[in-house]
Amino acid sequence: MPTVGVKRDLLFKALGRSYTDVEFDELCFEFGLELDEITSEKEIISREQGDSKASGASDVILYKIDVPANRYDLLCLEGLVRGLQVFRNKLEAPRYRRVSPVSGGPQRLIITPEPSSVRPHAVAAVLRNITFTQERYDSFIELQEKLHQNICRKRSLVAIGTHDLDTISGPFTYTAKAPGDICFKPLNQSQEYTASQLMSLYKTDSHLRHYLHIIEDKPVYPVIYDSNGVVLSMPPIINGDHSKITLKTKNVFIECTATDVTKARIVLDMMVTMFSEYCSQPFTVEEAEVVYPDGKTCTYPELAYRKEKLSSAFINQKVGINESTEKLAQLLTRMCLRSQPTGVGDEIEVEIPPTRSDVIHACDIMEDAAMAYGFNNITRTTPRTYTVANQFPLNKLTELLRQDLAAAGFTEALNFALCSQDDIADKLGKKISETKAVHISNPKTAEFQVARTTLLAGLLKTIAANRKMPLPLKLFEISDVVLQDPTKDVGARNSRRFCAVYYNRSPGFEVIHGLLDRTMQLLEVKPGRGEGYHIQASDGHTAGCLISSCRPIQTTNQCAQVSAEERGEAEGR
Amino acid sequence: MWVFMEADVTSALFFVTQGSSMADTGVVETLLQRIEKADDGVDSLQLATSLGVDHQTVVGAVKSLQAVGDIISADLRSSKRWELTEEGTETAEHGSHEARVFGSIPLEGLAQSELMKLSFGKIGFSKAMSNKWIRLDKGHEGGPRIFRSVENIEDQVRERLLLVQTGSSSELEEKEKNELKKRKLLSEVTVKTYWITRGDSFSTTVTKQETELSAEMIASGSWKEKKFKPYNFEALGVAPECGHLHPLMKVRTQFRQIFLEMGFTEMPTNNFIESSFWNFDSLFQPQQHPARDQHDTFFLSDPALSHEFPQDYLERVKKVHSEGGYGSQGYKYDWKVEEAQKNILRTHTTAVSARMLYKLAQQEKFTPVKYFSIDRVFRNETLDATHLAEFHQIEGVVADYGLTLGDLMGVLHQFFTKLGITKLRFKPAFNPYTEPSMEVFSYHEGLKKWVEVGNSGVFRPEMLLPMGLPEDVSVIAWGLSLERPTMIKYGINNIRELVGHKVNLQMVYDSPICRLDS
Repeated sequence: MPTVGVKRDLLFKALGRSYTDVEFDELCFEFGLELDEITSEKEIISREQGDSKASGASDVILYKIDVPANRYDLLCLEGLVRGLQVFRNKLEAPRYRRVSPVSGGPQRLIITPEPSSVRPHAVAAVLRNITFTQERYDSFIELQEKLHQNICRKRSLVAIGTHDLDTISGPFTYTAKAPGDICFKPLNQSQEYTASQLMSLYKTDSHLRHYLHIIEDKPVYPVIYDSNGVVLSMPPIINGDHSKITLKTKNVFIECTATDVTKARIVLDMMVTMFSEYCSQPFTVEEAEVVYPDGKTCTYPELAYRKEKLSSAFINQKVGINESTEKLAQLLTRMCLRSQPTGVGDEIEVEIPPTRSDVIHACDIMEDAAMAYGFNNITRTTPRTYTVANQFPLNKLTELLRQDLAAAGFTEALNFALCSQDDIADKLGKKISETKAVHISNPKTAEFQVARTTLLAGLLKTIAANRKMPLPLKLFEISDVVLQDPTKDVGARNSRRFCAVYYNRSPGFEVIHGLLDRTMQLLEVKPGRGEGYHIQASDGHTAGCLISSCRPIQTTNQCAQVSAEERGEAEGR
Repeated sequence: MWVFMEADVTSALFFVTQGSSMADTGVVETLLQRIEKADDGVDSLQLATSLGVDHQTVVGAVKSLQAVGDIISADLRSSKRWELTEEGTETAEHGSHEARVFGSIPLEGLAQSELMKLSFGKIGFSKAMSNKWIRLDKGHEGGPRIFRSVENIEDQVRERLLLVQTGSSSELEEKEKNELKKRKLLSEVTVKTYWITRGDSFSTTVTKQETELSAEMIASGSWKEKKFKPYNFEALGVAPECGHLHPLMKVRTQFRQIFLEMGFTEMPTNNFIESSFWNFDSLFQPQQHPARDQHDTFFLSDPALSHEFPQDYLERVKKVHSEGGYGSQGYKYDWKVEEAQKNILRTHTTAVSARMLYKLAQQEKFTPVKYFSIDRVFRNETLDATHLAEFHQIEGVVADYGLTLGDLMGVLHQFFTKLGITKLRFKPAFNPYTEPSMEVFSYHEGLKKWVEVGNSGVFRPEMLLPMGLPEDVSVIAWGLSLERPTMIKYGINNIRELVGHKVNLQMVYDSPICRLDS
C-alpha cells in the first residue's frame, strides 16, 4: 500500500478547515485511507540518521497517509484534497479537457523503429502556462516518484520524463541507440557522459541503481531527442539536465515511455489531471501527437470519460441497503463518479472520469456507492445459507491422533515446512537427489532452499535448541512434507507424516517402539507380519531410529523400519 | 558468597526425621545442649568452627528445628569475612607461585624456557625476581638461565593464607589482605549466620515427627500416638508427567471448532505447491502485480512449471485479463500462459478456494457452500519479529445466491463474537480479487484503539464468472493469520518464540488451554 506524505497545515488549508488528529483519522477511515503516522521531516531524519543530522530540518507536521494500491488519483496532495472535497460535498469534481494549442500544430513525438525491442511505447502531453510554487513543484516531483514505484512497477512498465518545453524544440524523436553512441549531460551533473559511463556512474547511486537492470543488458538504450539533437531523457534511467524543470518553468512537456501502453496512458492521465489545476486554464491539457514507425498517429492525453449504466436494484441488492435511485446517484457523485438517474426504471448513468482507472466493472461502482453510504452504516445481516459442516478426513484423523499422542506423554513440536538442502540430505546421511524434494529458485537465505521431505530434521533441530531442558525430551509432530510427484498437475504433492523422537541419556528404543505400538493400537492396526504391522532391522534411513545425540546413530541392530506404514504415515490408513 | 540451597535444607531435614546420620543428629543435639547452657545464645558459624563441621550443616540443623516448631529462635545476621579463592586454596596447599619457582630451581640453575613451561612459571618468576630470591643470567651458554640468589626463603603469602583459612584473618593487617585480594587469592564475602536462642517451647529433646501416614500405622493403630509433620502448602506439588500440545495448534483447534460450529466445511489445503495460475490468474490478479514479484513469492526451480489446466477455463481467464468481458474492461495487457505455469509455494489459501469454487461451478446444479481452511502459506518477505517466510492463514468462504455486503459483515460479526471480539468496524480497502474489500478492525480495550484483525471482501465477477458460477451467485470471504491472535493470546512478542525449532519447549509445556472467547 503506497504511503503519501503531506504537510498537515497545507492539507487543512486546502480542505478549508482544520481537524484534530482523531477527526482526520475518522475521515480517512470512511474514505478508505489510513492515517498511518504523524511525524515531521526532522523526526524522520533523526530516526533514520540520528539527532545530529536532524538539527536543521523542518519540524512542520507531516501526515503519512496510506492509500489503496489502485487509487493513483490519491497519490499527491492535489488528488487527496480533490477526492476528499468531493466526498465531503464541498466541491464538484472538475472536468478535464484536452485542448489544441492556441497557435500552430501540436507537439509531436516520433517513434523510430529502434525502441520496439526495448521499450516500444510512448505517450506525451503539454501543460501550458502552469505556475509552480515550491510546494507544487515538490508535489509534482513526488507524484512522479509515487507513480514510478507503484503502477509503473519501479519504472519497468512505464517511466515518466518531464521537461521545460521552452528549453527544447519539437518535433521530438524517440529512438534507441548503442550505449556508446548516447552522450549527454544528465540531470544534476556538471559534465557529459556516454550512456555506458552513466550505467557505471549510477551503479553506486542509492536511488537510480535499482532501475539499471531494466535496460542494462540490451544492445540499444532508449533515448529521446529534440529537433536540435538535445537529449530530453534516457528512459527509464535519467532525464537530461538541459530541459530540467525549475520553479520558473511555464510550459511542461511530459513524455512517458513504456512496455505496457495501457499503463502509460493511465500514468499520463494522472500526471496531467493532477497538475493541470495550476494551468492558466485550469484542468485543460494541451494535446501532443505520437507517431508510430508505421505512421499510425495517436493523440494524447486520452482523458477519456466512459459511461456505464446500472440499476439501483443492483447496487441495493449487492450492498444490502435500500436507497432511492436519486440518492444512489448522489452517493456516486460524491466519489467523483458523476451520476444521474436516466429516468428509465431505476437506471443510473455513471460517468467514469480519467482519474478513476480503477473502475473497470459495475462492482467497482457498487463499492463506491457503499463507501459513500458508509460501510459502517450498513445493517449487518445473517445469510440464510444452510449447510452441514464436514471436516477434511485427513485433518480429522490428525486432530484425534494429536490428542492421544500428547496423552501418551509426547509433546507437540511445530517446525517450518521450508529448510535447507543440508537439513534433509547431508545431515541425515542422504543424497539430495534421493529425497524427491521440490527446490525453490529464489531463496533469500539457505533456510528456504527446499520444502522438507521429512519431519525428522525439524524435530532434531528442536532438540538441539532445547538441550538445556530436563531429560528426557519426547517430541512429536504431525504435519505435511512435500514430495515431487509427476502425476499431479503441479508436479508435487503434500504427504501427511507423523514423526516422534525420544531423547535421553540412554537410548530407550523400547520407548519409541512403545509409542509406535500405541499409535497402531489407536489406529486399530494389529501387530503381526502380513495383515498387521511389524518392525524389522533397517539401514537407518527410516523411522524408529534411535536418537541419542543430534544425529541419528545408525547401527544395524538399533534401527528398525516400520513396515505397515513408513513413519506411521497417517494417510496410509 | 553462599546462598541457602533448597536441597541442603531438605537433606538436613531428612537426616533429622530419619535419624539415619549420627553426625547430623549429633549437630542438632549439640546445638540444643549449647543453647541450653548459653543464656544469650549461640552463633551458628562459631558453633560450626568449634565442632569442625561445615557451616551449612549447622544451618541445616537450625532449619530443621525451625520446621518442627518453636523450639529455637534464630536471627539471621550478615557479616563480612575473608575467604580464600580457588587459587588461594591451592596456594595455601602448595605454596605461592614464587615459592614454587624457587623450589623448582636446582643449585645448577634452570633454563628460563624450562621454567616457563611450568603452570606457575610466569607469575612466580616475576614475583621471585622482585623478591630477589632468584637471578637471571641472560648471557648463559645455551640460553637464559635462572639461579637461586638466596639460600632460604620464607613463603609469607602462604602463611598468611593459612591464617585466613584457619579463621584467624584478624591477625593480618588490612594492607596485607588487600594485597592478597589484588592477587586474587583472597576475596571478601558476605556471610550469613544465625544467632540462635531458646524458643518458647525449648527442649533438648525433639520428638520425631512422621511425614506420611502409612497403611501399617492404620492397621496397627499406631497413628493415634504419632505426631505428624505438617504439610508445606507453600511449595508446589509434583508436576505430573505428561505430553503437551503446541499452543499455535491449540488455537488452530479452536478456530476449526468455531468454523465447524458455524456450519463451514473444511477445504483440502494439503498442497503447498501451487501454480501461478490458481494462486493468481484465476483470482484476476494481473501478471505484473507486485505480489507476483521474485521479492514476494517463492518460485520453484524443480518442478518449475505446471502443465495441466482446465483448458476452456484457462482461455476464459486469459480473455478476462487481456480483453475483459463479463461486464469488465479487463486489464488490457498481453496475458502469457508461461507466467501462469510458473510453480510457486502458495502465497495464500485462496488458491485452494479458487480450485474449490471452480469445482463447485462444474456441478450440474449450484448448491450453496460454506468453506474454511487453516493452513500454511509462504511469502518471500523480509523477516522481522512478526513476519516469517511461512505462516498459517485462516480463511472462510460463503457462496450463495444474493449474498450482500451486509451479509459479509454479519458473518464476520458472528465469527469474531466467537473469538470474544464484539466491537467491529470496517474500512474500505483494495484487494485485486475482491470488490468491495474491507479491512476488519476491532477495538482493543488494552491499547485503547482500533486494530486491524482481518481482511474480507466479495469475490470479483471477473474471478467467478469465468469459472462458470451463476451470475446471481455472490461469494463472500475473509482471512486472517493464525499467528497474530495466538501471539496476542499467549503474550508472545517475537514470532520465533512461537513457531520453528528455536521455541523454548518450556513455553510449550507451560502454555494454558485456549479459550478464545474468555
